[in-house]
Amino acid sequence: MNVSGKQPSCDLSCDLMIIGTGMAGMAAALFAARQGLDTIQVGLTGEIGFASGLIDLLGVHPVAQGAPVDDPWEGIARLCRDEPHHPYARLDIETIRTAVQTLLDFFETSGYPHAVSERGNQRVMTPVGTLKTTYAVPHTMQAGAWALARQAPCLLVDFEGLKGYSARQIAAGLADRWPALTPVRLVFPGGRGELYVEHMARALDAPAVRQQLVDALRPHLCGMAAVGLPAVLGMYRTREVQADLQSSLGLPVFEIPTMVPGVTGLRLRELFEQRLPAMGVRPLFQHRVLAARRSKDGGMAFTIAPEDAPRRIQARAAVLCTGRFFGKGLQADRGGIRETLFGLPVAQPKDRASWHHKDLLDVQGHPINRAGVEVDADFRPVDAQGRPVHDNLFAAGSILAHQDWIRQKCGSGLAIATAYGAVKSAARFLQKLYS
Amino acid sequence: MQTQVLIIGAGVTGTGLARDLALRGLSVVVVEKRDVNAGASGGNHGLLHSGARYIASDPAAAAECHIENQRLKQLAPHCIENTGGLFVAVAGDDERYVADFPEMCRRCNIPVRQVDPKEAREMEPTLSDSLIAAYLVDDATVDPFKLSLDNMADARRHGAILRRHSRVTGFQMAQGRICRTAILDEVTGKSETIDADVVVNAAGAWAGVVAGLAGATIEMRYSKGSLLVTQSRLCERVVNRLRMPTDGDILVPGGTVSILGTTSVRVDSPDVIYPEVQEVDAIIDQGAAMIPQLAVTRYIRAYCGVRPLIGADDPQTSEDDDDRAVSRGFALIDHTREPGAPSNLITISGGKLTTYRLMAEKTADLVCSRLGVTAGCRTGVAALPDTVEARWTEPGLAPNVWLRQKAPDDMLLCECEMVSQSVVDEIVAGLQALDGRPHLKAIGLRSRIGKGPCQGTFCSQRLAAYLYDQGHLQGTDGLAQLRVFLRERWRGQQPLLWDMNLAQAELLEAMHCGLFGLELEKSP
Ligand SMILES: Cc1cc2nc3c(=O)[nH]c(=O)nc-3n(C[C@H](O)[C@H](O)[C@H](O)COP(=O)(O)OP(=O)(O)OC[C@H]3O[C@@H](n4cnc5c(N)ncnc54)[C@H](O)[C@@H]3O)c2cc1C
Ligand SMILES: Cc1cc2nc3c(=O)[nH]c(=O)nc-3n(C[C@H](O)[C@H](O)[C@H](O)COP(=O)(O)OP(=O)(O)OC[C@H]3O[C@@H](n4cnc5c(N)ncnc54)[C@H](O)[C@@H]3O)c2cc1C
Repeated sequence: MNVSGKQPSCDLSCDLMIIGTGMAGMAAALFAARQGLDTIQVGLTGEIGFASGLIDLLGVHPVAQGAPVDDPWEGIARLCRDEPHHPYARLDIETIRTAVQTLLDFFETSGYPHAVSERGNQRVMTPVGTLKTTYAVPHTMQAGAWALARQAPCLLVDFEGLKGYSARQIAAGLADRWPALTPVRLVFPGGRGELYVEHMARALDAPAVRQQLVDALRPHLCGMAAVGLPAVLGMYRTREVQADLQSSLGLPVFEIPTMVPGVTGLRLRELFEQRLPAMGVRPLFQHRVLAARRSKDGGMAFTIAPEDAPRRIQARAAVLCTGRFFGKGLQADRGGIRETLFGLPVAQPKDRASWHHKDLLDVQGHPINRAGVEVDADFRPVDAQGRPVHDNLFAAGSILAHQDWIRQKCGSGLAIATAYGAVKSAARFLQKLYS
Repeated sequence: MQTQVLIIGAGVTGTGLARDLALRGLSVVVVEKRDVNAGASGGNHGLLHSGARYIASDPAAAAECHIENQRLKQLAPHCIENTGGLFVAVAGDDERYVADFPEMCRRCNIPVRQVDPKEAREMEPTLSDSLIAAYLVDDATVDPFKLSLDNMADARRHGAILRRHSRVTGFQMAQGRICRTAILDEVTGKSETIDADVVVNAAGAWAGVVAGLAGATIEMRYSKGSLLVTQSRLCERVVNRLRMPTDGDILVPGGTVSILGTTSVRVDSPDVIYPEVQEVDAIIDQGAAMIPQLAVTRYIRAYCGVRPLIGADDPQTSEDDDDRAVSRGFALIDHTREPGAPSNLITISGGKLTTYRLMAEKTADLVCSRLGVTAGCRTGVAALPDTVEARWTEPGLAPNVWLRQKAPDDMLLCECEMVSQSVVDEIVAGLQALDGRPHLKAIGLRSRIGKGPCQGTFCSQRLAAYLYDQGHLQGTDGLAQLRVFLRERWRGQQPLLWDMNLAQAELLEAMHCGLFGLELEKSP
């Protein structure tokens, strides 16, 4: 299909095409680069900015009991036994570990290390005053977990003009579990009016602005063991910003996630956008794939936007990481759910009336969240008979069926692990093709 | 507490009655188990009927509608948008009904003017090109929230008292009369009693339940109707299908949106009702025959209400499950003559939003005759004052004011509908004047917050954070209220989740459950 009627120009070709720039697509591109594959990555990087930047592996199992998972590895093993169709069950624990570790190493060498706890999952404060269970947190959040474990007296800071983030709300919500929280409201350096987290983070990358913040914080530190701020401690220089604040204040300083889209998501986007091309991935960020088809030679042919100057890309194999409804990998009308690029079969509840529960917070989780693309052991989308639709098409991330990342708290882990599995299979396919 | 009249239910009937009685100088207390317009008055189509819809099924009610329609346009113009209305028939509709329509209207004193289908399509370009007939009528739209809130505000100015979250749980009898009414505060769990000379049961679809508490019986059945809100306004006028009333045959404009409805589904109880997926599909498929765009437009919310149908079950109507044939006229019941029922209980139920004032007048007349009060009704001549308390429900008003007086630190809490902090401050002050308990859901009811395309994803938490900062929320209130607010919004989204709405819902759940873990909290 050629939307505009114009001839696609400027043909490109590659061995592996990665479609999508969410966590799954980014992780897939990283793994492909590590394998030395000739890779093009296409996608709009808006969605990853919405991710919280926390790396969940598994936080709840079983969902119906709302049972928190302390050790994600033990939890994943249980999950794979209880839900043999869950995408995690396509992988063994060691592979999942390797995938996650590879990503964490990448963050580390990129100057944005993440912290994990020896005991397994950690707990992070949220803006509504709950504690969220997650596996790895940006280093900027580490001291928060430390302070929580000790119930240390903490100063919680918010800023005049930052909507949806109230230190009072957080302290009030956690009071029964962590009474030693003291909220304080400050004026952000640079003045009043409405604040945006992205601007604040970029501002704090500058030492002079940090100094003003330090001056504003000083009068409130008496008796405090740590200081918690909304997640705005720099966009690119988080380590420098945090170290600087800590040494000036003489106290551990930590970030608390804000509403989405937050800085912790944007940092991931910036980091991947900068580092992946340097590793050999050819990026076509801010491009959308308009159409995909199988070409005569068995490869894949893609048409990509902009619509007024469409381009064609030839690839030997592809990994589909286009996400769900928010990411636009899946689309629904009143009659049913479809996969948007290849028209792949989508496993789904029998009719729309059974997509969602009447209660948003129903403990079972909504059946539609488990709809998606079914894959074989090699992460190739399959048809109703379980046969791969294409031998050279692989899928990863939240588009996969039989998981509920929102309720199971496994979004990033699932994206990373399945991306690893899909790229490994794609690499094997390409190797065979060329041997 | 002591009062002359206790009114149970703060829908449009109860609040309208409170105003009527207060204007006559009586002391009045209104108790409402949830909030103003929590019942059918908050779940209706907002159509100020010309009466033409009922010419065949209920000519008396049709004539009544038209008289009240004209009167309210005079007395409460700020609650009404005088849009005018069209009745249209499309190819395949019953041509006999079409032919008889003008004469039936005339018999009910309802003015109509025939227009050429081509002319009708020039007036309303979204109309189907298979139109075969069109008539102009006096339909208009009414904001039911503004109407009830303004009635209550004026009643309070004349001494009436409103108790929200106060449920009537029982009556104490003495000498065949209700001497004491037991009230449960749904928020604090505290009980109290109110002594009244006359008790008026204006509990709408719950009137049967309330009467039952006093040992009186009302034969009552329940008919649920569901409605869909479109993202943008598709028509300037009210558009009705020119045929016997059925599903999906009216499109009512409301500020910046249009509302498509309705259905008629028998339910066993007026509690815990939901708009259902099957109803949504039926409404859209029917509506699209008049206005094809309804098949593809984005819907932002669905809601429903229950019509009380009073009187014994008629086997003929119940068989095909269509309750539209049952009269929509109102029932004013004096329980005096009913054996075993208290002599000072009056029930007013049924009817329409359009005729609420008339219903209140008739009820107040009866109350006064029982109390020996001679003061006459004034609501037929005294204009309804426009109050601040009800101002912010109007779509488009908050943005206008915000744009006009934009102060740099008056930030928007709801960006879809442009509701700012100062608007919330005003609403909170109004709530505090009532009983001092600002609540996310109560603020939602009194503003456009949560009613735009984000369906509460962002504004819910912005509002909660703001209320903490202002000292209105403490402890884990905010968590509990966020859960309540989002669940309430969800009821209206759940049957509409496809396409963009589904993507939005996924984002909402990703943030509120994936990140905040709201589903794991133990509070209500
Ligand atoms: C609000 C929110 C909070 C979250 N919180 C957490 C958390 O706390 N912990 C955690 O671990 N995870 C969290 N996540 C989830 C996680 O980070 C991932 O976003 C999720 O697992 C889905 O990843 P994905 O890459 O499969 O899909 P998505 O992130 O949806 O990415 C899909 C990508 O495909 C692209 N795409 C779709 N169609 C096309 C096309 N035709 N052409 C080109 N590109 C296309 C989209 O533009 C997008 O870049 C959160 C996500 C959201 C939205
Ligand atoms: C789907 C639908 C569409 C409609 N469309 C229109 C229209 O377009 N035009 C029109 O004119 N009319 C319309 N109507 C009719 C109109 O909505 C009703 O006639 C009107 O709202 C009834 O108001 P009410 O105050 O009598 O009842 P309600 O609004 O139901 O009020 C009753 C109140 O009593 C309270 N209550 C119940 N039990 C107790 C208790 N034990 N203690 C304390 N309080 C209690 C309830 O919470 C409720 O708030 C429609 C109705 C429905 C259902």
